[in-house]
Parts: sequence; C-alpha cells; structure tokens
Amino acid sequence: MKVLVAVKRVVDYNVKVRVKPDGSGVDTANVKMSMNPFDEIAIEEAVRLKEKGIATEIVAVSCGLAACQETLRTGLALGADRAILVETDVDLQPLAVAKLLQAVVAKEQPKLVILGKQAIDDDANQTGQMLAALLGWPQGTYASKIDIAGGRATIKREVDGGLETIEISLPAIVTADLRLNEPRYATLPNIMKAKKKPMETVTPAALGVDVTPRLTTLKVVEPPKRKGGGKVADVAELVAKLRNEAKVI
Amino acid sequence: MSTLVIADHDNASLQPATFNTVAAAQKIGGDIHVLVAGNGAQAAAQAASHIAGIAKVLHVDAPHLAGFTAENVAAVIVPIVKSGGYTHVLAPATGFGKNVMPRVAAMLDVAQISEIVVVESADTFVRPIYAGSVLATVRSADPIKVITVRATGFDAAAATGGSATVESIAGAPDTGLSKVTGQELSKSERPELTSARVVVSGGRGVGSAENFKLLEALAAKLNAAMGASRAAVDAGYVPNDYQVGQTGKIVAPDLYVAVGISGAIQHLAGMKDSKVIVAINKDPEAPIFQIADYGLVGDLFQIVPDLTAALG
Ligand SMILES: Cc1cc2nc3c(=O)[nH]c(=O)nc-3n(C[C@H](O)[C@H](O)[C@H](O)COP(=O)(O)OP(=O)(O)OC[C@H]3O[C@@H](n4cnc5c(N)ncnc54)[C@H](O)[C@@H]3O)c2cc1C
Ligand SMILES: Nc1ncnc2c1ncn2[C@@H]1O[C@H](COP(=O)(O)O)[C@@H](O)[C@H]1O
Repeated sequence: MKVLVAVKRVVDYNVKVRVKPDGSGVDTANVKMSMNPFDEIAIEEAVRLKEKGIATEIVAVSCGLAACQETLRTGLALGADRAILVETDVDLQPLAVAKLLQAVVAKEQPKLVILGKQAIDDDANQTGQMLAALLGWPQGTYASKIDIAGGRATIKREVDGGLETIEISLPAIVTADLRLNEPRYATLPNIMKAKKKPMETVTPAALGVDVTPRLTTLKVVEPPKRKGGGKVADVAELVAKLRNEAKVI
Repeated sequence: MSTLVIADHDNASLQPATFNTVAAAQKIGGDIHVLVAGNGAQAAAQAASHIAGIAKVLHVDAPHLAGFTAENVAAVIVPIVKSGGYTHVLAPATGFGKNVMPRVAAMLDVAQISEIVVVESADTFVRPIYAGSVLATVRSADPIKVITVRATGFDAAAATGGSATVESIAGAPDTGLSKVTGQELSKSERPELTSARVVVSGGRGVGSAENFKLLEALAAKLNAAMGASRAAVDAGYVPNDYQVGQTGKIVAPDLYVAVGISGAIQHLAGMKDSKVIVAINKDPEAPIFQIADYGLVGDLFQIVPDLTAALG
C-alpha cells in the first residue's frame, strides 16, 4: 500500500526564537530550519512499515516556500521514495494545509497518511484531524504504536489518562506522538541517493485549493519574563520559605 | 451571539478543564449552552446544569459515544452547531478536545484557534506559539469560531449556583469509522495532574522507575500530583500521561517542584505559569534555576528524602 507523509519545515527546536521589533511576527531570517520533529517520527514509521513489507511506496509532501525542498530532501534521505512540494508564499494555516493534502490524496490515493501530532512552531495540533474530516476518514491521533493487518489499523494512542487502543478501517489518518519510534539518522550514502529521487512541484491553484488565511495575526509579543533565580542553602531554609514567605505549604 | 461548550467528561463527572472553558465562554459573552455527549452520561449532564451562568444543557446519549471517538463526537456536534446557530464552539484543550475540535472545524469549513489563554473580544484571542516563547493575538474572520481553551488561562467557573434545564436530544448515528478496543489507564493514588494544587515532577536525573518512589513519598506528604519531563517518560520511568510540557500537559499549580529536570524550553512551556517553582538539581547552571523561585543545588537523592522528612 502507498503511504503519504506530511512534513513541515519549522524553526529548529533548539533555536530560541525572537519576536520581530515591529511585533508582526517571529524572526525567521538566518535561523536554523529543520523538519518538524514529529514529522521525522512520521517518516520513520512509514519506513518501518515498508521494511515490514506493509508499505510499498512512501511519498513525502510539504506545503510552503520553495525552501521546503530541503525538508523534503531530508525526508527522501530518511527513506521516502519520492516527494511533492506544494509551493506557495502564502502563510499557510492548518485548514489550508489540510485542503492541500486532501487534493494530493485525491491524486495519489494512499491507504495511509501519517502526519506529526503537532508542528512545534504554530503548536496548532490540527492538520491531521482536519484532513481526516475532509476525507471522511478515521483518525488515529497521538499514536504510540501502529499495527496494520487485514485492511485495518490498530492504534495505541497517548491519552490524558494513559493509553487507549482503537481499531480503525483503512484508508486512515495517523498522527505521530513522541513515543511511536526513535527516528534514525540519515546516512551519507542515503543523503547522496536522495538527491536523485524524484521531486514534483505543484501549486495550490493547480490543485484547485483556496489557501487564503482565515486568521489574522494582529501582533506577537514575548510573554512577561518570570523573575526567578532565587536560591536557598538547604532543606530547612526551603521549608521555612515555602511556609512563611510563599505560604504554599 | 451564543456559545456551545463541549464538555469533557467520563459520563459520571466533568473533567475540571470544562469549568475553565465555561469561564472563557463567559468572557466572550452571549448565551452559553453545554453539550454533554456520552453513554449513560446523566450524571455528567446534571453536573453541567449546576455550573453558574449556563442557559441550557444538551445531552446526547448513545452506546456509540461510549468511546468518545472524534469521528462520532464530531458527527454529533456539527449538526447541533448548524441548527442551533452558534457563533462559538469551545472545548477544553484536553486530549479529548484536541482530538475532536479540529475535525469539527474542518466539517464546518472554519479555522480552529488552538489553546487560547485570553479572550480579547468575540473574534480576537491570545494564544501561545513556539512552546510558549511567544504570545500571538489572532483575529478570526470565520462566521463560527471553533476554539480550544487552555485551562490555565482562565479561573474555573463556579460548579454550583446554576440551574439550567437539561434537554435530551437525539444525535447523529454511529459513523462506524473507529472503535475503542482497550484502555491502559495509569492508576495512581495521587491527585490529577492538571488540576492539582501541588505538583512534584521528576526528570532524567531521577535515574529509574524505582527511584521515582522517592518522589512519590514527597508527593504524598504534599498531597501533590506526579509529573515528569519527556526524558523521564521516554526512559520508561513513568507513564506517558505524566509528561508536562509543550507536547504534554500544561499545568499551573500553586507549587511546582522540579527534581532532576534541566529546564528545556519544551518543559518550561508546560509549567512556567506555576505560582511558585522549586528546583532541585545538582548542576548550578541548569536553566531551570533561571525561572525557579527557590533553587536548591545538590544531589536529589540526599535532598528529596530530607525534604520529605522535614515536612513531618
Ligand atoms: C518535539 C519535542 C517535543 C518535546 N516535548 C517535551 C515536553 O512536552 N516536555 C518535556 O519535558 N520535554 C519535551 N521535550 C524534550 C526536551 O527538549 C528535553 O530533552 C527534556 O525536557 C529533558 O528532560 P530532563 O530535564 O529530565 O533531562 P536532562 O536535560 O537530561 O536533565 C536532567 C537533569 O538532572 C540533573 N541531575 C542528574 N542527576 C542528578 C542528581 N543526582 N541530583 C540532582 N540533579 C540531578 C542534571 O543536572 C540535569 O540538569 C521535547 C523535545 C522535542 C524535540
Ligand atoms: N505546511 C505543511 N506542510 C506539510 N505538512 C504540514 C504542514 N503544516 C502541518 N503539516 C503536518 O501537520 C502536522 C500537524 O501540524 P499542526 O496542525 O500545524 O500542528 C505536522 O506535524 C505535519 O505533519
């Protein structure tokens, strides 16, 4: 079966982001960009399904600037077979991405689409669920284990109280949580091989999707800094301070 | 203008974050209705009717809602929103709300605004992005605002004082798309993490599942909930539902005790709005100390038992 994986280019998780002086957004110029960490996990899961003989082809899809090609190359180096870039300068919001992915799904007809649970820039946690809704497919969100057999998927999900197991029919959407797997690193030979793998570019217009943003960001600010840095010498002082100063015990 | 609040509940009672969500709805203004969709959820529906400031409770009960699957719950919500003419649909940003609401938004062809912490007006909200490093003020142009609410941003609405009518209505049939076949819920004698007044959290420094018992003893003294960093969960010291942070649970207790946690931004995202933060770490340079009110540098294996004993 064919597996589609959605990968987003985001500010690397190690970067301390800064607000632009005019408060219009986050400064992403000259900042290290990477594949969203959850999407690395999504790719890894697809590769493991292929190694098990369940997936036959892995297609990586990214939506956004031309620079997303880098992210897609990373996906190809990690084991995707080919890539699709949906190129646009428009600031894409989850509903727009879900619609673009819906259009790609209509063309590619995968049996499974794996996304990350959350992009670490917008922290939206929406796209997979929205895509599932648009397609009328079941959703296995926050997956920490995927088993596929007989046209069905059994998904272990991370929920507030622990873990939950669901059974869903295919085709389906799965979103990857942190404990689904530990992604491998791209090896040098695989990075070289990735350069020759096919990458196709399409536009939202060609897919017939209106990506006009629904939300306008009026301003962004840094939250008030917490005044920390206080130290105590020992347990006795800590207990005294918690009792008499903070009055929390 | 009217708001439909989607209750997160276990049929017997409402999850605490539901009350904070009602509080956010009150900030928006207009009539507030609460939808309780479940299986044998009469008690939860009754509880919702007692929340102060609620005009009506809609109760949909059906066996296929037992698992609270996003597919079936969203199928119930969407026609109710359309026929009721609601302008706002709010749910708590719990595992349930985050799973269901984007599905609702897409079915209504509107954006979702995730994890709001401030209501500026009926169409403008503040939400954290980039692991809470940045607060964005966003305005929605959609006719229906679908929103998840971060509980720590709003003081809970009063659980009593209201006397709304409970209206039982029929809901959409089973979509047949998904079925819950099992649950492994972690059992703990400790209070629930996101609503506890005190939280004791352990990190990689704790070293093993066995060593977490030291923290359990401290938590018992403080009547605290247990939490953890991602590293402690990944290492298998504690279950996944202990994780506090950007991609785990968001907490803001009166007292947060971080033990053997370095203070990565992804962890801080989940606890930096706590009232008082205590950090216990052997590395005086650990970033957690920069946000801690009371930092204690030293070996946790010494300090934690001493602290437990000192609390008598
Ligand atoms: C996509 C993504 C999402 C993430 N989401 C989250 C999240 O939601 N929550 C989260 O917590 N993390 C999250 N992380 C991980 C985060 O980046 C850090 O790796 C993690 O928080 C580190 O956990 P830690 O502080 O326990 O471990 P470490 O950073 O290894 O720190 C261990 C600390 O213990 C101290 N220590 C060791 N021994 C002792 C001792 N005997 N006594 C006292 N102190 C001792 C050390 O000095 C050190 O400071 C995420 C990362 C990514 C990439
Ligand atoms: N621009 C994008 N291109 C490709 N995939 C995306 C994009 N935005 C979001 N996704 C996918 O959707 C997941 C969840 O993102 P979000 O809903 O924005 O938190 C990500 O982990 C990706 O798998």
